[in-house]
Amino acid sequence: MDFRYDLIMDYAPLFLKGTLLTLGLSLAGIVFGTALGLAIGLGKMVKNKWVSLPFDLYITFFRGTPLFVQILLIHFGLVPLFAGKTEPVTAAILALSLNAGAYIAEIFRAGIQSIDKGQMEAARTLGMTHFQAMRYVILPQAFKRMIPPLGNEFIVLIKESSLAAVIAAPEIMYWGRAMQGQYYRVWEPYITVAIIYLVITLTLSFLLNRLERRLSTE
Amino acid sequence: MIKVSNLKKSFGHNEVLKNINAEIKAQEVVVVIGPSGSGKSTFLRCLNLLESVTDGHVYIEGVDLTDKSVNINKVRQDVGMVFQQFNLFPHKTVIENIVMAPVKVKKIDEEVARQKGLDLLRKVGLEDKANAYPDSLSGGQKQRVAIARALAMEPKIMLFDEPTSALDPEMVGEVLEVMKQLAKEGMTMVVVTHEMGFAREVGDRVIFMDGGYIVEENVPDELFTNPQQERTKSFLSKVL
Repeated sequence: MDFRYDLIMDYAPLFLKGTLLTLGLSLAGIVFGTALGLAIGLGKMVKNKWVSLPFDLYITFFRGTPLFVQILLIHFGLVPLFAGKTEPVTAAILALSLNAGAYIAEIFRAGIQSIDKGQMEAARTLGMTHFQAMRYVILPQAFKRMIPPLGNEFIVLIKESSLAAVIAAPEIMYWGRAMQGQYYRVWEPYITVAIIYLVITLTLSFLLNRLERRLSTE
Repeated sequence: MIKVSNLKKSFGHNEVLKNINAEIKAQEVVVVIGPSGSGKSTFLRCLNLLESVTDGHVYIEGVDLTDKSVNINKVRQDVGMVFQQFNLFPHKTVIENIVMAPVKVKKIDEEVARQKGLDLLRKVGLEDKANAYPDSLSGGQKQRVAIARALAMEPKIMLFDEPTSALDPEMVGEVLEVMKQLAKEGMTMVVVTHEMGFAREVGDRVIFMDGGYIVEENVPDELFTNPQQERTKSFLSKVL
């Protein structure tokens, strides 16, 4: 079997463009997903069942159905409903953010609830409001515990952004499939794609490890 | 200073406080004793509304805490609390633990709060631990920091919920010493404890609780040497 490096070089500019879009999709998913996750996580923790129910349903839906199905629903259903036409990049960002939001909500909730309730009590007996106690006592401690699961979620999100290829968002996997279709080669496109993903995810886990270590020594 | 009338507290169907009436005067040190499950900790936690009250009233300096319009955060600034499990903030240093509430809640200047915090640490004998993290302290030191942290808000009342129960025996003394000092300075204190020696020496009055009721209350000497109720007698015979 000969390995055609020249074909990879031909496609290199396209892979580069694809990589940038993958990074963009992932970053948007992480940012929006985290913001959404915090809001939904806090919503789910509200004691009143009628208030927390919609948040609960949201998490149930987005965790209980495949991301692939969500992408198709959003791309062919939701986005055209509002925009009048399909819009692959928007649909991909929307689907990734909404999906990540559900998982991140649970990470936030678990992180906050893992803090001993004596911490909240001590803060409240000092006269702090619930908000102040959250802001100065609970969240800083919970945040440290959330880093490892958040890191996992971010890595999953980067990898799952490859599903956007099926709705023709031109990220890495899209160009991999295009190359495969053009040359009828299997190894060159998909090994290249795999290596690019590995580089991205390894870089991220390296950064998260450093952050985690820095916070634990503080 | 504190007045409790017809206080009832249930957790679900379990009625923990059945009908509590009590009054605590300024500068008085009241010690609450009783078997576990008697409701003494719940009673204490109702005094700053850490537990919601099922029925009845709790007045702190005439303010009815069960009145929904009362700003409980304001009241709590005057009512310090010390817990069995210390509950120091592990992500903050000792001095940061102490200044956090004065700075964030009372909006006191950070440097002023810091100086005051160091004074309090000196008072509890831990000025050299100002920049240490709670995890590096012994249990007795943690509890003394917790007392200093509560005092930093300049409360008028201090509540102690079994402050020495989680300590190794040799560290109980140093915490009780700080509490004695506080009592001597005229702090109004309500102390739930199993330290009968402390109750006897420092308490102005001892309340014996059992089964969700105040069974008997009296000055320590009377209650310990001449208990009137059968349940008090049987409890004291086991712990003295």
